Amino acid sequence: MRWLGLAIVVTIVLAIISLFVGVSDVSLGALLSSSPEDRPMQVLLISRIPRTLAIILSGASMAIAGLVMQMVVRNRFVEPSTAGTTESASLGFLVITLLAPGWPLMGKMLVSALFALAGTALFLRILRSVPLRDVLLVPLVGIMLGGIIGAVTAFIAYRYGLMASLLAWSMGDFSGILRGRYELLWIGLACCILAYIAADRFTVAGMGKDFTTNLGLNYQRVMVLGLIIVSLVSAVVLVSVGSIPFLGLIVPNLVSLMVGDNMRRTVPWVALGGAGFVLACDIIGRIVRYPYEIPISVVVGVIGSMIFLFLLLRTRRYAA
Amino acid sequence: MRLSRPAFVLIVLSLLALVSIACFMTLGAKGNWSFVISFRGKKLASLLLVAYAVAVSTVLFQTVTNNRILTPSIMGFDALYVLIKTGVVFFLGVGALTSIDSQMQFGLEVLVMVAFSGLLFRWLFLGEERSLHLLVLVGIVFGILFRSLSQFMQRMLDPGAFNVLQDTFFASFATTDPTLLAISAIIVGLVTIVALRMLHSFDVLSLGRAHAINLGVDYRRTVVIILILVSILVAVSTALVGPITFFGLLVATLAHSLIGNSRHHYVLPAAVLLAVVCLVGGQTLLERVFEFDTALSIIIEFLGGIVFIALVLRRAAR
Repeated sequence: MRWLGLAIVVTIVLAIISLFVGVSDVSLGALLSSSPEDRPMQVLLISRIPRTLAIILSGASMAIAGLVMQMVVRNRFVEPSTAGTTESASLGFLVITLLAPGWPLMGKMLVSALFALAGTALFLRILRSVPLRDVLLVPLVGIMLGGIIGAVTAFIAYRYGLMASLLAWSMGDFSGILRGRYELLWIGLACCILAYIAADRFTVAGMGKDFTTNLGLNYQRVMVLGLIIVSLVSAVVLVSVGSIPFLGLIVPNLVSLMVGDNMRRTVPWVALGGAGFVLACDIIGRIVRYPYEIPISVVVGVIGSMIFLFLLLRTRRYAA
Repeated sequence: MRLSRPAFVLIVLSLLALVSIACFMTLGAKGNWSFVISFRGKKLASLLLVAYAVAVSTVLFQTVTNNRILTPSIMGFDALYVLIKTGVVFFLGVGALTSIDSQMQFGLEVLVMVAFSGLLFRWLFLGEERSLHLLVLVGIVFGILFRSLSQFMQRMLDPGAFNVLQDTFFASFATTDPTLLAISAIIVGLVTIVALRMLHSFDVLSLGRAHAINLGVDYRRTVVIILILVSILVAVSTALVGPITFFGLLVATLAHSLIGNSRHHYVLPAAVLLAVVCLVGGQTLLERVFEFDTALSIIIEFLGGIVFIALVLRRAAR
């Protein structure tokens, strides 16, 4: 419990740093000496606070989505971007943007979430036809499925001359976040709370279908709840920020190394870890090439793939 | 006299390849023939070179690693090439790209790539026995890492340098520069000469490491040479058209299943011919019949992904 308190403090410190990094001068002194209508206060309210909130919300909810997915699929190496979920969400967003450009963002996001749900269901369907459940086979099939769905998306975008904008909005990037453009992410927080409430069910479901049914739980219903959480979070984050690779994979794995697998206990850790990790990556991306910035998906791609490689090669040595 | 199956397949594929080349050069051509021939000829030459390089490199790589799922691009080979090239510009400045002449530069890049990939693959393949799925997954993640690192460095470059760099990656089929084409052709020719002289040891290698050593092949040396050849071919095709992930897998898989045995003097030409049919024929079909412009690589990505999943699932089912 004491460690959790420390983690909260670290995350808050990172959040405060994130508030004060940037081109426009927003220092504590400038804030205190100026009136609310002046520039520093306005920058803080319109740009910095929404951005920091967006980072915390998307980091925490993507990490939780990864955790839920790992419980549901019963595989450590699965997360929305290694199961085709993110790609399906982005296909859905593209399709609805082409068919009904006038729809409100909320409606587009729901369509995108439906596509994500369908894509994930397809992934599970394919997995059911694999008799031998190799631990590494599952993410492999997921990545390839993501590649195929991504190719379909690219093909449609290419046909309608939308390649550049597809690239622009599917790349995770917080630089465009302003007040009024991140609020959908609160849905992600709602999903996190839902995951916390249902945590015990997911822990049980993670032990297998027979075990779950024995304990008197409806396995199918737990699965569906999990998939809805994962799809909603993926769609919300994709629509507001873009895709952030590996996040849902790295954080839950590292947390489970430290805290274990009881989901009731790990949820707060995973949420904090996700928020803290993205905050740190975003600060790095903003400082390295000051005053320009490097998109979050690139920074997370570099750091995340290195950690993933470490996990892959380490696991094998002990498991084999 | 009845034709053997491989010979029959090769003859049919050659005819198909010739037909697609003829269609590519003539269909929908209006106006001055000398212009059409030189314009489309350049495009055709680069398509042929790429088809050849991708097909040969994939088949050889599969022989060395002794399996039918891995390809150089799945293992992140071409992402590595992009990374090295970006690294040169990042650390030495854009001047290095324009001041050193292109042959020297290409040679240097291939050298670095061979050294680096040599280390990486020695560690992955020659060390302890690892499961195939682990290798593929590690390869894919390495690819992502290389791509993210290149993106990272590209973001740090100033826009002018970035543009120069970008041009060297995606010299797409339409705008290929003739000197680069000529250099690539010479390099590919040299590789072919070396490969032809080793043709027999390829068949022995595909029996697996233990058998190959038993039958008197200098295993380590042969593998190193083949990896060098593969890196050169990958570098050539990446320099010409940029990364194409699944094309090689598609062609090599089809070639193996059409020929029905794994003797390289049948499989290699079959793969090359198939690659020509797919690239040239596919391009013609897309451009002239469906009027789709150049989305060929996207379609190949789609089909290749499906073939890959099918292969992986079939292996797992066994």
